[in-house]
Amino acid sequence: MPKTLYDKLWESHLVAHREDGAALIYIDRHLLHEVTSPQAFSGLKEAGLQPWRVSPNIATPDHNVPTVKRELGIQGIEDEISRIQVKTLDDNCRKFAIPEFTLEDIRQGIVHIVGPEQGATLPGMTVVCGDSHTSTHGAFAALAQGIGTSEVEHVLATQCLLQKKAKNMAVQVDGSLNTGVFSKDLILAIIRQIGTDGGTGHVIEYRGEAIRNLSMEARMTVCNMAIESGARAGMMAFDQTTFDYLQGRPYAPKKEEWESALDVWQDLASDDGSVFDAQCSIDAGDIRPQISWGTSPEMVVDVEERIPDPKQSGSSADLHTRALDYMGLEPGQPITSVYLDRVFIGSCTNARIEDLRIAAKVVKGRKKAKNIRQAMVVPGSGLVKQQAEEEGLHSIFLDAGFEWRAPGCSMCLAMNADKLGNRERCASTSNRNFEGRQGYGGRTHLVSPAMAAMAAVVGHFADVRELLQ
Amino acid sequence: MKAFTVHSGIVLPIDRSHVDTDQIIPKQFLKSIKRSGFQDNLFDSWRYLEEGHPEQNANERRINPDFVLNKPRFAGASILLSRENFGCGSSREHAVWALSEYGICCLLAPSFADIFFSNCVKNGLLPITLDASLIDRLFELVHHQEGFSLTVNLPDQCILLPENEGSIAFEVDPFHKDCLIKGLNEIELTLTYADAIRAYETRQKQLTPWLFADLDPKS
Ligand code: SF4
Repeated sequence: MPKTLYDKLWESHLVAHREDGAALIYIDRHLLHEVTSPQAFSGLKEAGLQPWRVSPNIATPDHNVPTVKRELGIQGIEDEISRIQVKTLDDNCRKFAIPEFTLEDIRQGIVHIVGPEQGATLPGMTVVCGDSHTSTHGAFAALAQGIGTSEVEHVLATQCLLQKKAKNMAVQVDGSLNTGVFSKDLILAIIRQIGTDGGTGHVIEYRGEAIRNLSMEARMTVCNMAIESGARAGMMAFDQTTFDYLQGRPYAPKKEEWESALDVWQDLASDDGSVFDAQCSIDAGDIRPQISWGTSPEMVVDVEERIPDPKQSGSSADLHTRALDYMGLEPGQPITSVYLDRVFIGSCTNARIEDLRIAAKVVKGRKKAKNIRQAMVVPGSGLVKQQAEEEGLHSIFLDAGFEWRAPGCSMCLAMNADKLGNRERCASTSNRNFEGRQGYGGRTHLVSPAMAAMAAVVGHFADVRELLQ
Repeated sequence: MKAFTVHSGIVLPIDRSHVDTDQIIPKQFLKSIKRSGFQDNLFDSWRYLEEGHPEQNANERRINPDFVLNKPRFAGASILLSRENFGCGSSREHAVWALSEYGICCLLAPSFADIFFSNCVKNGLLPITLDASLIDRLFELVHHQEGFSLTVNLPDQCILLPENEGSIAFEVDPFHKDCLIKGLNEIELTLTYADAIRAYETRQKQLTPWLFADLDPKS
């Protein structure tokens, strides 16, 4: 019987099958950060257990780290509680001999950017991390899932997860994206179509011509937000693009091992005739730049549209009204009439080199609009930052009046000092527009890096296609 | 893990869909390295009238009298009733710890987010998925009856309504049921498979040796 990519990954990691339907699956890579790991390490110590294996683990602090004064290392973290948390990660990694890219290390960054960048995420792997956006790594034909802290402890102690197999879902994307439309627009359009719970109980495979034509960076943006449609994981087949990206990465296999790995990886695609439990399709050519208007990632409009009227949203009218109220918007207002206070270019969704390049292209030779209080660029890792500086991207941003920061999650979740003030409105390249996500009372609009950069120079939302065509 | 068999308690209605874990416990409280101390910050930005910070004294904060959690009729509630996609968003288990510490033992909703659901089960909280029409009916009942309580019986997989108003049967995964009723420690359970795990590793090392390489932090 033909197998889906998920079926293959599941089967090749099956350690044991229980009669009650639960299974034990083996975990190849475990990424750790400071926020969801301390209680897991404490649990391990209390139970007197050691990690089952050390080598699958790799750690870096990201959620809680400042994006300034990096030269001070951990002492640069002003908030004492945050400092203790980062120090706890350092201490735990030292105690258990887990490799960690600490604050001083150029390879430090957002865990989902660092893993692939180092070649620590490989095709055919099972990847977990105590973070929902672990789905990002599925772009490498890997089964990558976010887990809670109890499972972090479970993986440390046993190298396995106990779970039931999810269902298969195919999201078929035909056609190709138009100029000025990016993978972020694609995934927002998909979430708008299937809803924030459309993928619940499923693993989504993104497939089709438009997906095959995406770069690895762009693929990661799509898989990153699989979780925003409720899916347990998002994934894509292995191909030449995956191969080219991985070759020569520090932790990618070398020489003969690289050759044998390739043999195995070639098979990492769904067989012809595979059956999916759920399907949906979308034509990439129909997609225009997307902007979220509400407090859920499915509340999205095209740049040419107006803010929808709750009267038209049926049973979600209450939710819709509440979102408009929180966002301070009126139904019927063109989205391009919405003015911003801040712009955030960063996060595990859109802080890779390609994202910064396109944002810089939009910004080049222009200035941040007067009404924009702050436009911040936060590279996803120290290496992305270094690369961008070599290409002179930082000067483009700085000349335009943007801020150029050190890597971390930053204003994606505002656990550090980078946050929105009450009622401040932000164009953000991150993945969640929940109430208060970027700061108490803050209002988030999710967009692509190009659209964020455009908003920063114009002061309100505007169609970046006009500038890029 | 604490076991769950039969539980009776007052129902707390959170009449919203897509309640995300950022609402259940906002990020500023995730800086803690402990597994407890979150109950005062459960639903923090809905529950209080101003922004909360870690290490604040909850008694000195201005509460939002309109939020259900603060209404005297729901004091001591232990069963949470909500709408679809409850617990979506971040994987933070702190959301479950906060609910559990506050005293919530069971959750009823038409659907739950995957990671949140699994976090609940691992902490002895029972999430029950019910048809949207049944959830509607329960909201109605809670609305009209002060002190509305339910009895949730996991071994029998049924929810008893008060005053002989009947009962509602529910589905539960057999593995989850077993874990909850026995209060099983999953790590101990998995370690009973230690030989199978080692056998898998030996087999896999032959096939995909690169997955077993040591990551040299200096490379
Ligand atoms: S960048 Fe945002 S979404 Fe990504 S891991 Fe950090 S906090 Fe989570």
